[in-house]
Amino acid sequence: MKVSIKWLAEYVDIAVPAKELAHLLTMSGTEVAGITQRGEGWAGIVVGRVASLRPHPTADSLTLATIEVREDPVTVVTGATNLKVGDKVPYAPVGARLLDVHTGRRAAVGGVRIRGVESWGVVCSEKELGLSDAHEGILILSPEAEIGQPLADVLGDTILDLEITPNRPDCLGVLGLAREVAALTEESLHLPDLTYLEQGPDVREAAQVEILAPDLCLRYGASVIYDVTVGPSPFWLRDRLLTAGVRPINSVVDITNYVMLEYGQPLHAFDYETLLGRRIVVRRPRPGESIRTLDGVVRQLTTEMLVIADAERPVALAGIMGGAETEVTERTRVVLLESANFSPTSIRRGSRTLRLKTEASVRFDKGLPPSLAMLALRRATKMLVELCGGHASRGVLDAYPGRRESITIRLTPGELRRILGIELTLAQMSRALGRLGFECREEGQALLVRSPEHRSDIQIPADLVEEVARLIGYDRIPTTTLAGPLPDHPPQPRRSLTERVRDLLVGCGLQEVISYSLVGHRLLSKIAPGAQDGAPDPLRLANPMTPDHEMLRTSLLPSLLECVVGNLCLDEPGPRLFEIGRVYLPRKGDLPREREMLVIAMAGPGCQRGWSERTVELDFYDLKGVVEELLVRLNLEEPRFCRTASQDVLHPGRALAIEWKGLRLGVMGELHPKVARNFEFRVPVFLAEFDLELLLEACQGDSLRIAPPPRFPAVRRDLALVVEERVAVSELFDLIRQAGGPLLAAVELFDLYHGQGLPPGTKSCGVTVTFRSPERTLIDAEVAEIEARITDLLQKRTGARLRG
Amino acid sequence: MNELRKELENLLAEAIAQIQNSADATQLEQTRVHFLGRRGRVTTILRQLATLAPEDRPTVGALANQVKETIEERVVARRAAFETIPSDEILAEDLIDVTLPGRRPGLGRLHPITQIIRRICGVFVEMGFAVMEGPEVEWDYYNFEALNIPEDHPARDMWDTFWIDPGISDVAKPMLLRTHTSPMQIRIMEQTRPPIRVIVPGKCYRYEAVDASHESQFDQIEGLAVDEQITFADLKGTLHTFARHLFGKDRKVRFRCDYFPFVEPGVDMSIDCFLCRGGGCRLCKESGWLEILGAGMVHPGVLARVGYDPARYSGFAFGLGPARVAMLKYGIEDIRFFHGNDLRFLRQFP
Repeated sequence: MKVSIKWLAEYVDIAVPAKELAHLLTMSGTEVAGITQRGEGWAGIVVGRVASLRPHPTADSLTLATIEVREDPVTVVTGATNLKVGDKVPYAPVGARLLDVHTGRRAAVGGVRIRGVESWGVVCSEKELGLSDAHEGILILSPEAEIGQPLADVLGDTILDLEITPNRPDCLGVLGLAREVAALTEESLHLPDLTYLEQGPDVREAAQVEILAPDLCLRYGASVIYDVTVGPSPFWLRDRLLTAGVRPINSVVDITNYVMLEYGQPLHAFDYETLLGRRIVVRRPRPGESIRTLDGVVRQLTTEMLVIADAERPVALAGIMGGAETEVTERTRVVLLESANFSPTSIRRGSRTLRLKTEASVRFDKGLPPSLAMLALRRATKMLVELCGGHASRGVLDAYPGRRESITIRLTPGELRRILGIELTLAQMSRALGRLGFECREEGQALLVRSPEHRSDIQIPADLVEEVARLIGYDRIPTTTLAGPLPDHPPQPRRSLTERVRDLLVGCGLQEVISYSLVGHRLLSKIAPGAQDGAPDPLRLANPMTPDHEMLRTSLLPSLLECVVGNLCLDEPGPRLFEIGRVYLPRKGDLPREREMLVIAMAGPGCQRGWSERTVELDFYDLKGVVEELLVRLNLEEPRFCRTASQDVLHPGRALAIEWKGLRLGVMGELHPKVARNFEFRVPVFLAEFDLELLLEACQGDSLRIAPPPRFPAVRRDLALVVEERVAVSELFDLIRQAGGPLLAAVELFDLYHGQGLPPGTKSCGVTVTFRSPERTLIDAEVAEIEARITDLLQKRTGARLRG
Repeated sequence: MNELRKELENLLAEAIAQIQNSADATQLEQTRVHFLGRRGRVTTILRQLATLAPEDRPTVGALANQVKETIEERVVARRAAFETIPSDEILAEDLIDVTLPGRRPGLGRLHPITQIIRRICGVFVEMGFAVMEGPEVEWDYYNFEALNIPEDHPARDMWDTFWIDPGISDVAKPMLLRTHTSPMQIRIMEQTRPPIRVIVPGKCYRYEAVDASHESQFDQIEGLAVDEQITFADLKGTLHTFARHLFGKDRKVRFRCDYFPFVEPGVDMSIDCFLCRGGGCRLCKESGWLEILGAGMVHPGVLARVGYDPARYSGFAFGLGPARVAMLKYGIEDIRFFHGNDLRFLRQFP
């Protein structure tokens, strides 16, 4: 909300500089998001008087205006048609800086010849001065402005840009803000005079108000003003509107807008003579009713909305927009002025259904204090009388079904201390609250507090505690550390696990990424063009922002692959990424199950190109190594790696499941070529996916025992085993372990060879077996014996023979 | 027995001569094995000690050990002679290019948001807070109702919401993507009794057009402390400690009044601007201050709703955005980088 300090100063004396004022407001809850100086950059621009006007000798659309300034009169060329002799206008001489209407940037006025006539500077529009977007005519200043006076002295102002929090609808007007300023600076408040001559007939003869929906309309006030002349508003009024960013229209509309800005209370003016039956009925629409609103749109009404109707038809969308048929025009002579209070519920629903937000609706949906309606009604009526030459009806209509008794709240210094941690006396409390307009009465060791009418946000003692705190200043409250017993926190095994997994993977050289939980069809269809078998349908958003983010993911893989795509193009060393995040699995009748998953992806060159390193394409075993390292470091007891082919996403020949006691903890493998093609990968991509909750189960059973370092030397034997290609190395290892017995300490593969020197269809596996006894040094003979047992078993089961 | 003594003496002389005559380290090692190895000549004699008469064993044993030790000493001395180290002048000529880049083991990195969340949680854990997590898909009740934001409350505008299509789950109650981590205040208080000190990091979502300073998905960290006698002064102290830990001990902190429906009084905490140190600049929008978090004393209505007696218990809650903290700390101008996952961005973090 933009508020002019000059305007504010009409209601409260402002003795502090704007910056200090902004600070006080900000600290007390009304944040000042910006301060702008109106008139900054107006150097040289002065008030001029139009002395004479004559047509341009060669151009019909241009006028030559002689402008009287302090020195000799000057002649300017203008295309504007709104100038009259005697008007006071802003005159910018050559060299003054104005906003260029086309570029929006400031530029110096040059001396130019326009169609052969020299123009000594220019007269300015609102837009050129940066006051508004209006550029149709020249800004006409107040007749009181002095010739030659700097424009900044006439129109200069400081505008505060304020953020009003939803609990303070009373601050949506300049007056409400003035009340805050008065309380903060301890200055007194000057309220506008609301008395006016009531020369017309009794208002009850002119109209009657009926509220048929008292749940939606808490109060309805109206007055009738006769013999109104609708015309342009005086300069000061238009200027006020401009400081708040509101376009002047005509005197009646400008007055309703002015009072709205002043009090925060929206008003509506009807052309009284277009209303039928002298009745104002506030009701829900009847089935099938519609209304043509001020913007010319015919709107179908639904029964959850609220309308203002005359005896026959709706004439306004209550609190949102007036109807076109009863609009005030230049011909209007009698105005019925409405100042009402509508419940935020009906305004919100109506405004949402019609997709129509207006200055009025955004104010009403904050829940305005009903007291404002009467004040604003009298204020606007008075202005119509004084500025439009009207005669006001005697009395005003005031239907007030929503009246509430004001409440009294008890506040003690003890309660204040309990919440704030500061000791204040009753007198200090009541002084702070008194500044804000609260009525305080001492009763024993307590304060009985009654809120002013406009503070409907104050309901409980805690609300008063905040009022006291912000008035004395949060700075004055002491700073202490938490005392009291420490809570007994249960262990968080899952969190510990995920953090450990993160650290391990970072140690393995992987980069963590975080992608969006929301995915779209375009991405998912790259993974599974058809419907995925057995996969649950994802949860969908009712109001997605974009089709690419409309479903809650049931797998992290698609988003991670997208990360790989992005980084493969960008990055020289291939991306090695992981993400830990949730998938959302829908459940009937409940919130979805949110499972924490881990996904890993690797692709492209394996190591950074450097002066001594080779660039090797990553392969399956790079990923498997990471997975093995992870599982070993998590101390998983004997996870089983089994070939699997059931994965749609993975290459059927290059996929592996990781199992533990019959639980499938995760899968890993190479990305299926058909999916790779959808993502346009040119290199193989390797993926792993783990369910962290299952992994946690597998880790929790751990019972690690640490053995002392061995005292006796180990004996190593290398075996070169030639077997058929189809024999899995893990099979060889299992057999070696079986035959090796208790003295076998380790089996490792040190070489794998295919090709020359071997029979076709075979491979040679170089295996190191290590033997060790915890009790003695082994002798050659016993090692040789075990070795023989091993080779025998391998030969028998797999046909393996030792390579010569 | 004397034979044995004689033999030992001969053996020693022989060994010394051989050690002295060995031409290189290999020969020396062969000599050592010849005398002292597992089947070496001295070793063999030592094994025979068991066959001697008990009265002879000590003297012969002592001699044998002495011989063994002398040989070992000579071997060590001789070995040192083979391993003479060239002088520094000569070594200085044996150059490598020490300016070549080292071979780095290539550690990965945590996402900056994870790093910031860890740091923030770490500060609070030191102050006795536990870290908990909660659901990202929530009921309207926890996200709004229980936090004093009933349907049609004007403050709902502060949180533009993604609603879940009820279709699949077949639920009557409105379901949404949580717009803040505050619903966990309710869940935690429903499940435990005071004293409570908890922080809750997690993802949140808002129906918001994405631009340089707004994301539809972001992280938040919620904090909650409830007990008897917790005051606004404790809120200030706790958050001040946090700010100093995270942003440096000279940081100025400002608490001002702000509004959130589920706290009363409400607070906004700012720190003095990194760039201008309070003078006013583009980063702090000329105010000199950077907003870091929203906080306040838990609203009595919220306490009552979870069955806590608001006359007995009080507490404070706060919420902050790690992305904003990271942006301020590292001078990042566009929030979209965090979920863009461009490695050229991510790799700049420590």
